[in-house]
Amino acid sequence: MLEVTKLECRRGDRRLFTDLGFALNAGTLMHVRGRNGSGKTTLLRTLCGLFIPDEGEIRWRGESIRALAEDYRRDLLYFGHTNGIKGELTGLENLAIGATLDGDRLSEKAIWDALERIGLTGFEDLPTRMLSQGQKKRVALARLILTKAPLWILDEPFTALDVDAVALLQSLIADHVAAGGIAVLTTHQEVPLTSGQIEQLNLGN
Amino acid sequence: MLRVFWCILSRDLTLAMRRRTDVLTTLFFFVIVVSLFPLGVGTESKALQIIGPGVVWVAALLASMLALERLFAADYEDGTLEQMLLTAQPLSLLVLAKVTAHWILTGLPLVLIAPLVGMQFQLTDNAIIIMMLALLVGTPILSLIGAIGAALTLGLRGGGILLSLLILPLYIPILVYGSGAVEVSRIALADTQPYFALLGAFLLVALIFAPVASSAALKISLE
Amino acid sequence: MTLNWFKFASPASFYPIAGRLIPVFWILTLLLLAIGLYWGFFETASKLGGSNPQKEYYRIIFIHVPSAWMSMWLYIVLVGWAAIGLVFNTRLSFMMANAVAPTGAIFTFLALWTGAFWGRPSWGTYWDWDPRLTSELVLFFLYIGYIALHSAIDDTRRADRASALLAIVGLIMVPVIFWSINCPDPNQCAALHQRSNLTRIDGNILFSMLTMTLAFWMYGFAATFMRLRSIILTREAENTWVQELLNARRQA
Repeated sequence: MLEVTKLECRRGDRRLFTDLGFALNAGTLMHVRGRNGSGKTTLLRTLCGLFIPDEGEIRWRGESIRALAEDYRRDLLYFGHTNGIKGELTGLENLAIGATLDGDRLSEKAIWDALERIGLTGFEDLPTRMLSQGQKKRVALARLILTKAPLWILDEPFTALDVDAVALLQSLIADHVAAGGIAVLTTHQEVPLTSGQIEQLNLGN
Repeated sequence: MLRVFWCILSRDLTLAMRRRTDVLTTLFFFVIVVSLFPLGVGTESKALQIIGPGVVWVAALLASMLALERLFAADYEDGTLEQMLLTAQPLSLLVLAKVTAHWILTGLPLVLIAPLVGMQFQLTDNAIIIMMLALLVGTPILSLIGAIGAALTLGLRGGGILLSLLILPLYIPILVYGSGAVEVSRIALADTQPYFALLGAFLLVALIFAPVASSAALKISLE
Repeated sequence: MTLNWFKFASPASFYPIAGRLIPVFWILTLLLLAIGLYWGFFETASKLGGSNPQKEYYRIIFIHVPSAWMSMWLYIVLVGWAAIGLVFNTRLSFMMANAVAPTGAIFTFLALWTGAFWGRPSWGTYWDWDPRLTSELVLFFLYIGYIALHSAIDDTRRADRASALLAIVGLIMVPVIFWSINCPDPNQCAALHQRSNLTRIDGNILFSMLTMTLAFWMYGFAATFMRLRSIILTREAENTWVQELLNARRQA
């Protein structure tokens, strides 16, 4: 479903990678590995369409992602280095706004349930700036429960999480892949899969 | 579309209500800058009436300039802006909603406080009404054009100064016709009509093109 | 991007071409300057105008008008390269835009400076809020803004694209700004600069003005290419062809 051909990206005047190609089918998890500065984040941002590659093309269901634009972004969930939540808003408000922007109509009940499942019972109504680092990250990760997007692109999703949250996230990703989704992630944690396959991509020498 | 627009608008207004000081600083900046002029130029009412419109407009330009720095900055820092770029909505719509919220918080208060500063400059009632109308049409244009600069200078060191360097020259037409309308209203009220026609035309053009340019700038800045 | 003419769009192949062209442009610059200045000083009338003629000092026109033209042309050139860069994502076009900007800013400054000196004897003032003067000043601000934005951004790619977008927005705004200054009162319009009319101008004056313009163009090419070559070297420093070039230099 996701095809990458002859991708070349530069950061500043430095070439990060060149002639990169791979194809991911439904039900695949791809681990992107590489040293610091090898271009892992740039690759993920390129896959999202945030970064325009210097060469090459990315296709989603056979069409270029630049041509698809909003239709591609509807199928995509990106989780970056920042949590992407507002400190002044509550977890509930943050997720409700996110869902509206994704074009989903979610009931408040669904969001309450998601926050409960991610382990934030009792914190739903607090401005998120009152929460700890790990809790903020959990608010952001609750999007994974609510989303219907088939393509997940996760940049270091496991950092700052405690053991329980890591286990929960692993199971979320495994379920997503088992249900025919695609996940691309950079991480040092392994995600055990019961079905589907794992691909490895090594960046840099 | 409308639902998304409203969602962002109410989000930004809620955020501002939970951090009220930001709104008030712009307003007080405007009032203070305007109040300094009579102290510097002298308090003779003839002179004040002549420089009044220009001073109020320049102060409005600077106030909206200062506030613009924050238009995208907070969302940029916590990553929500990046998420907005990845939603299934046209980015220019989101930008337009953000600019609208920004104008309600920083432009509209200037319009409402205008009678007060108008009185400081001994402006007539007619001139004050014209000034309010001109600000009402003109300040949204300032926010719209300024948003392009704010998007371009996102996250840069000394972004505020740079922003004014880039954007203030582009504000000239609004300054010319905005203060011109007030100037002319002291002589003949009917003559202000072409000024409003021009400002209105600028507003329409800015409404169409500025969000597109701003979202292009945001995409560049967030690469 | 595998079209044939994109071959020259690669910095590596353009670098030597620019190197060979620079001396040519310098020679043309000097030649045309010599002709233009000679003609301007010795072959033209010593007075300009009818009832209230301008004396010798009008000769500043041979610097003033060409540099004012150049300042506008170069901004359009800059925007052209910037737009090509944004559309085709070619790095050389951004470098080109980047190399043009300082030359454009210098010509704008020159036009303002000579304008002030011409204004003093003919209008009795160094500066007037005349539409063209003011627009030229705004154009100067636009050049400065472009250069400032580019140098404020560390990431060259973002710098290129952001300043390109700014230049385009600036180009769209210039006519509006000019018009608003030209016509501050929409109920009536007036301007201090006399309408210029090329056909009414004396043949000798026109000749030296156009020669000077050509000379300035050649200078523009020479200066831009020199700047472009150093930009290419800095930005391509890690590429093998630059390394080879450096090694060859060291051995020589």
